[in-house]
Amino acid sequence: MNDMTTTSLQQSEFKIVGTRPARPDGVDKVTGRAKFGADLYLANMLVGKVLRSPHAHARIKSIDTAKALALPGVKAVITAADFGDLPSEFIPAGEMMVNFKDMTRNVMAREKALYEGHAVAAVAATSEAIANKALKLIRVDYEVLPHVMDVVQAMEADAPLLHEDMYTINVEPRPAKPSNIAKRVEFALGDIAAGFAKADIVVEREFTTQPVHQGYIEPHACVASVSEDGQAELWCTTQGQFIVRSFCAKLLGMEVSKLRVTASEIGGGFGGKTVVYVEPLALALSRKACQPVKMVMSRVEVFQASGPTSGAKVWVKMGATRDGKITAAEAVLKYQAGAFQGSPIQPGCMCAFAPYDLENVKVVGFDIVTNRPKVAAYRAPGGPISEYGVESVVDELAQKLKLDPIELRLKNAAKEGTKAAYGPKFGPIGLVQTLEAARAHPHYKVPLKANQGRGVASGFWFNIGGETCAALNLGEDGSVTLVAGTPDIGGSRASLAMMAAEELGIALEHVRPVIGDTSALGFNFLTGGSRVTFSSGMAVIEAARDMIGQLRERAAKIWEIDLKDVTWQGGYARAVRDPAKKPLSLADLANTMGKTGGPIVGNAAINAQGAGPSLATHIVDVEVDPETGKTTVLRYTAIQDAGRAIHPSYVEGQMQGGAAQGIGWALNEEYIYDAKGHLANPGFLDYRIPVCSDLPMIDTVIVEVPNPRHPYGVRGVGETPIVPPMAAVSNAVSNATGIRFTELPLSPPRVLKAIEAKGASA
Amino acid sequence: MAKQHVSTTVNGEPVEFLCAPEQTLLDVLRDELHLTGSKEGCATGDCGACSVTLDGRLVCSCLVLGAEVGGRKIETIEGMAKGDELHPLQKKFIEHAALQCGICTPGVLIAAKSLLERNPDPSETEVRYWLAGNLCRCTGYDKIVRAVMDAAADMRSA
Repeated sequence: MNDMTTTSLQQSEFKIVGTRPARPDGVDKVTGRAKFGADLYLANMLVGKVLRSPHAHARIKSIDTAKALALPGVKAVITAADFGDLPSEFIPAGEMMVNFKDMTRNVMAREKALYEGHAVAAVAATSEAIANKALKLIRVDYEVLPHVMDVVQAMEADAPLLHEDMYTINVEPRPAKPSNIAKRVEFALGDIAAGFAKADIVVEREFTTQPVHQGYIEPHACVASVSEDGQAELWCTTQGQFIVRSFCAKLLGMEVSKLRVTASEIGGGFGGKTVVYVEPLALALSRKACQPVKMVMSRVEVFQASGPTSGAKVWVKMGATRDGKITAAEAVLKYQAGAFQGSPIQPGCMCAFAPYDLENVKVVGFDIVTNRPKVAAYRAPGGPISEYGVESVVDELAQKLKLDPIELRLKNAAKEGTKAAYGPKFGPIGLVQTLEAARAHPHYKVPLKANQGRGVASGFWFNIGGETCAALNLGEDGSVTLVAGTPDIGGSRASLAMMAAEELGIALEHVRPVIGDTSALGFNFLTGGSRVTFSSGMAVIEAARDMIGQLRERAAKIWEIDLKDVTWQGGYARAVRDPAKKPLSLADLANTMGKTGGPIVGNAAINAQGAGPSLATHIVDVEVDPETGKTTVLRYTAIQDAGRAIHPSYVEGQMQGGAAQGIGWALNEEYIYDAKGHLANPGFLDYRIPVCSDLPMIDTVIVEVPNPRHPYGVRGVGETPIVPPMAAVSNAVSNATGIRFTELPLSPPRVLKAIEAKGASA
Repeated sequence: MAKQHVSTTVNGEPVEFLCAPEQTLLDVLRDELHLTGSKEGCATGDCGACSVTLDGRLVCSCLVLGAEVGGRKIETIEGMAKGDELHPLQKKFIEHAALQCGICTPGVLIAAKSLLERNPDPSETEVRYWLAGNLCRCTGYDKIVRAVMDAAADMRSA
């Protein structure tokens, strides 16, 4: 456990924190030098390819790999038979819960193929052409089964059953029959009926959202090399090399220490690279072939078989008094989990009403399996879906009460001391500050023209801490190598090096940050949950303090004075009682460390506690073309509490990127399946993420309400920005058209249909 | 089918390689020449991560066959800096934090360089439409557009 509540430096004392230096890995990334998942080539390396199910739901009666194995150039073929089965038990992996019975079946189908694209077999061959030829020689005998894609249909009593042994948990008494409903969750506070009785106005709506993919531009990729004695190396693109090690060792029945995982540079993840797909297959193939095996997913495979986040049905009912006090709030959430249980229904329920200070709340959620790829985390997993419904209803309440939507939110905003429906009392949080900044922003006063509308929405995300290690190795010239265990997905080398330099009192250029492999540090939970700047930052600061303690000891030894009489200030050891002694710099102490006690290494191994929630308010202006239904985003402003922005450019970048992803979710992105359960748009042409010409500049305002539980006040910032956009855009489109929309995406045909229906009824 | 022998020029240097008829220029750059700065994001010409120039024309190298490039001039991200001097676009991308994960960056830089060679004073809209073939999922494009405009301004005054 670790709880660094002491803030060592005040804002005015920061020399490096809050500035915008060049990122240490910048040159590598603008010159093509940076090595991503697919960029490693080893001698004697084979190419691995996966055979995937063409059916959405089918029993696998038999698999014949003999002909494939006999093809010259094929070195190994694997199926589920090459992986031991694992019992159904939920095991904590950081803050996630994983079930290895499901995981082993998701990486390689066992009894049944549960979605189109589900891996069924894999081969390793001396060339891609031979590997592809070998896949065609594998004979799989399928018994095609009826499939179900929609949550509501999947909940029906006669729906095709994905897992014959799945009984809904958290329901009393235990259901007599299995179903596709994996679990029910509920959070409640106060008396919901009494709350609605006090309301002057009630709004009740049901919303539909589609599954959306994280859309990282780099497909999953890895190179595995297992030697004849069972020691293994794995290079892969991942948000967490330690999590990959843990998962793969379990799936392959290996000792954790036998597997060294190196995280390549990662070409986007957004939650989608917190799980394993090709990595255990490459290891299994390499173990059989005793040669390195490289596997790279195609874009089609990425869409068919990785990610996405849940599509959902979201029912929300809220009541308020005439003067705008929300008296009761209720929601029922039904989230698609994909083929295996584990949608983000729990955080979805917890977030739903978290931005508000409410006395009477009830949220019920269901986790539902369907014949789609198993969902993976996607930026604030679960939050954007439930908060989209809630923020749309809040907007409608404001409209009906003839209140400004920011004013209504301010009247009900959660603040320090508010008890959330999901349990805790909030510490200092910044929702009110973001709302006030939104109201004061020039954007909020720009006049709107015909067919234009403005939308506002707020958003909440918890943020997490967790298991983290960091090391600072002092070089003999006084320069410092910083080793972190969390992959740098968007500039964290910069923020971590800045915190180390700040704490040590040295220039940033003397700190070189690297991301260590799994042999370099103790266990680190992954890059996710907006935890890196918070947790790895906390570990780096603690490691710097550890190093400073050692530096003071060395100075005390050199000066032959008491340790308590040595301080560390501005990069120098100083003798407090004897100002005549020339202060010793980090370089002075490094030069002599061989003689004063040996190497100096600052270490930290912590379980970071006290992550502070980050809240945001977004404003968006849109114009809706009444003839085509196309929505154009005219202007966008994202305002968010960052606690403390270590490197403001990368904080802004998170806010802008999250807003853009949310705009895509709101306006374009959706999976389109045909009647057979085949994905019709597994590519970037038809699954349209926002392109440069779709967006305006995205203005940002960083609010800083320091998190008292981080030494520099840091909160995570990466996830919250994707929470408000869907409701903000939907509210803006509603405002522009006079039609309340409750279904995403707001693609031109859907909007046009509603405009035409309104015209016909008018 | 036998491999093809191809002689070409990559980043000003003469290069020879053997490639299978179905190998794309991107496959050749990465798998044969190990110039891995050009990335494969889709292999269908939709993401622009593999952008290179072929005789000065911006192309997706995943849509060009390796066998087609004999006698042509190919420029990739690896040739953008001259010695230890970064191209102004490369400098501005770092200065403006116009990248987060960096996977789209080589393609975006090649595309932006190609734009500025044709149009040294593009409007924001012209930058946005020129770069519409280069997907970035991290940045929301804001800082990319600013970096390109700023680099263009610097290059005009140089």
